[in-house]
Amino acid sequence: MVQYFKNIYNALATIAIGMKITLKHFFLPAVTIQYPEVKPALPERERNRLYVNIDDCIGCDQCSRACPVSCISIETVKGTADEDLGKTSNGKKKALWVTKFDIDFAKCCYCQLCVFPCPTECIYMTDVYEYSEYQRADLLYHFSNMTQDEVKTKKLNFEKAEAEKAALKAAAPKPEPVAKPAVISPSAPISKEKPAADNLTSEKKDNNGEVK
Amino acid sequence: MIYNYFFNLTGSEIASAFICCILPLVYVLTYVLYAVYGERKVSAFMQDRIGPNRCGYRGLLQTVADLLKMLQKEDIVPRNADKPFWVMAPIIVFTGCFTAFACIPFSSAFVGSAFSLGILIVMAASSISAVGLLMAGWSSNNKYSLIGSLRSVAQIVSYEIPTFLVVLVMIIILGTLDLTVISEKQTAYFWNWMILGGPGLSWQKFVYIPFMVSSFIIIYISTLAEVNRTPFDIPEAEAELVAGYHTEYTGMKFGMFFLSEYGNMFAVSAIVSILFFGGYQSPFGYLGNSLNLPWLVPIEQLVWFSIKCIFFVFVQMWLRWTLPRLRVDQLMATCWKYLIPIAFVNLIIIGLITVL
Amino acid sequence: MAVKTEEMVLNMGPHHPSTHGVLRLELNIEGELIMKVTPHIGYLHRCFEKHAEAMTYPQVVPYTDRMDYLAAMGNEFGYAVAVEKLLGIEVPERVNYIRVIMAELQRIASHLVAIGTYAVDIGAFTPLLFCFRDREMILSLFEMTCGARMLYNYIWVGGVSHDLHPDFIRKTQEFIPYFRPKIKELNDLLTGNQIFIERTANVGILPAETAINYGISGPSLRGSGLKWDIRKNDPYANYNKFDFDIPVGKGLMGTLGDSWDRYYVRVLEMEESCKIIEQALASIPEGDVTSAIPKRVKPPVGQLYSRIENPRGELGYFIISNGTTSPFRVKVKGPSFVNLEVLNELCKGHLIADVIAILGSIDIVLGEVDR
Repeated sequence: MVQYFKNIYNALATIAIGMKITLKHFFLPAVTIQYPEVKPALPERERNRLYVNIDDCIGCDQCSRACPVSCISIETVKGTADEDLGKTSNGKKKALWVTKFDIDFAKCCYCQLCVFPCPTECIYMTDVYEYSEYQRADLLYHFSNMTQDEVKTKKLNFEKAEAEKAALKAAAPKPEPVAKPAVISPSAPISKEKPAADNLTSEKKDNNGEVK
Repeated sequence: MIYNYFFNLTGSEIASAFICCILPLVYVLTYVLYAVYGERKVSAFMQDRIGPNRCGYRGLLQTVADLLKMLQKEDIVPRNADKPFWVMAPIIVFTGCFTAFACIPFSSAFVGSAFSLGILIVMAASSISAVGLLMAGWSSNNKYSLIGSLRSVAQIVSYEIPTFLVVLVMIIILGTLDLTVISEKQTAYFWNWMILGGPGLSWQKFVYIPFMVSSFIIIYISTLAEVNRTPFDIPEAEAELVAGYHTEYTGMKFGMFFLSEYGNMFAVSAIVSILFFGGYQSPFGYLGNSLNLPWLVPIEQLVWFSIKCIFFVFVQMWLRWTLPRLRVDQLMATCWKYLIPIAFVNLIIIGLITVL
Repeated sequence: MAVKTEEMVLNMGPHHPSTHGVLRLELNIEGELIMKVTPHIGYLHRCFEKHAEAMTYPQVVPYTDRMDYLAAMGNEFGYAVAVEKLLGIEVPERVNYIRVIMAELQRIASHLVAIGTYAVDIGAFTPLLFCFRDREMILSLFEMTCGARMLYNYIWVGGVSHDLHPDFIRKTQEFIPYFRPKIKELNDLLTGNQIFIERTANVGILPAETAINYGISGPSLRGSGLKWDIRKNDPYANYNKFDFDIPVGKGLMGTLGDSWDRYYVRVLEMEESCKIIEQALASIPEGDVTSAIPKRVKPPVGQLYSRIENPRGELGYFIISNGTTSPFRVKVKGPSFVNLEVLNELCKGHLIADVIAILGSIDIVLGEVDR
């Protein structure tokens, strides 16, 4: 019997306490930020869309290898000896033409693992988060600024240079073993035998195209 | 009085009767429009949010937008639904809710029908909606809607008992069923209101007060259950397994269920305020009387009536956003084990006091 | 004459507002009473363990975030501890302190979501928004540190990715006194509410024996009265330096081990986490947080199982290494997966409406159940 009245009292009392709290909150100001008109200030380490400063990129492929979802695809063409690709902003001399640098933001998981390995800090995360597109293909960002013709020319240049190098090698194989003993190397006995074997094996590799 | 006014204006009985019928409908529909908006805003402020504020100035046109959206929705009827019942169900629920307004005096000048059995009509009309709910659940051809509507009807029918017991208490004290007379009796100042014992000054008035307070609490809780508001909103809760009775309804039919819920909230708030808080009477006397403008008095009364009803509707919304939901068996236990015995005890004691 | 009743099969489908994620529950009911509950999982399986075999050790960290997405710091922490044990490296003291602070903040955030969504399942909508408002403050602390609000990639093998932001300590020290009164407000609004108590007390009673037999861990286990917490019983990082209590259920409002106890253990744990964070902030040493991060993570051949206390229970990583830069096998023992199995036992003899109350009190995240 006592429990009966206790139940009634408990129910009414706890309901009254709950009502007091909601009434208090009724008069407190809202915590909502009215989004499109008011945008929250993002912290400096914010991780949103990636940006690549392609002028600084040396084409080392570290970011692409670090990405866990393989959203970065990079293709490079080696520059020939007479071409001057310029320097990056921190003084490194560039040696590769970056012909393709695509980031697929539909796959990017914003984990920031690509930012840390970059030697020139050319890839970093900005605070841009309003970049929705209507087509998924539009989310594939191309950062390389080389036109198709430039890409073709660079490739041709590279292949020409490679062909010239191969021709040079094929034209004068004999002088090389004579030249080699003049090179001072720490493990002298081995170096005398190896160069001949290397030449032969490298030719074999070229002919078969297989890697041993 | 309003009828006479329009009769003098138009000279035709039918036209003035028609206008008199339309007026409360317009009032209640406008109220419902802003009650939906009000609920969303009240819930938002209690939850530290803002609520609708884009549609119209501060979101005031939000319900209009929702209504337009609902009107243009496709009316999907389940293939094996019982067509006549399917169409009639929302109409009956809506009618039951709005018929109750016929006998409610909005001010001393306006009452739809000055019927001497006013309060009985109001209770009976709100019970008709239970039939509508049964029809809705049955005709949906969906076993979960059926179970939901059976539960809802069981809830409504059970909670009508404490409501009517409290109404009986008030009838015993006041001696009349006519709502206009009940409002008139609680005249002049707020200490004449029934919650504080009633008009006049006798020892009975002061003895009544604790019983009036408990009767008020009982009727408030049971009317909360009758309109299916939290903590008694099992029929509408989507989080619970069984779908409610109005699951299969789309578009305007669903809109009618929705509107009649808010209309019901207003009707029961009106009943509570008439029975306990003086109806349309002002707590402090009338400006119209002190400024000697007799035509101002009914308007003031309308304003006071609206304020009281809106306050009770606000408390219903407040409770909804504070409390969790009761389980079905706990709901029934609250009614049969707690409210009904206390209401009976109330009735007996009040009866004894009145007789003595 | 007895009425012949038949068992009916009811399906609470994968799309349901109350199953926290995509979980399908098949209920065998007789009238309103539940005879058997069969959970069907796998709707959120994303092949985490297979992915881990193809990634290098540091690349697995973003994947571990995404298992229990509401407690991402905990997942990363467990993985980092496991791989560091395999490598045999020691992290600097500052890293340990930072990791503990992050894990405890994450514990508070995760419990806030658990409590908020449990309240919505029971029918009270307001506590959800209060809990999320407080969780926003924690997420902005995380955002200040590592740039992301929910999936951090912060705790790496050998250290953490960034040092604390200069404002972090001050802001966290402002957060704790702001948050303590909110716990009290939550208790007034929800925990003590008679209707809430009637919905959750004596519902889903888990006896201690059954809990041990099923392998339950975390607040669900502690709600049954057992004082077992990996932070105290099998300490990792530097938890043994902090002074905190392990709250257990005491059957205050009903039987010992009911849903209310499990819920209340979570509320009390938030308070204990506040204590740990205060102590850690007061005594955090200086140091270089990235000094112990190896250039290439190549653990020696071996295997080990290591566990931590996630907000949902014991999160275990079983890693087999074959000497390369990629793990051979990463097997995760997800606490939600193990805790979900006891649902059948708890729901027997209850009504349909109670299934949701019980499921909410066990607190599962489908990302962890399905991985």
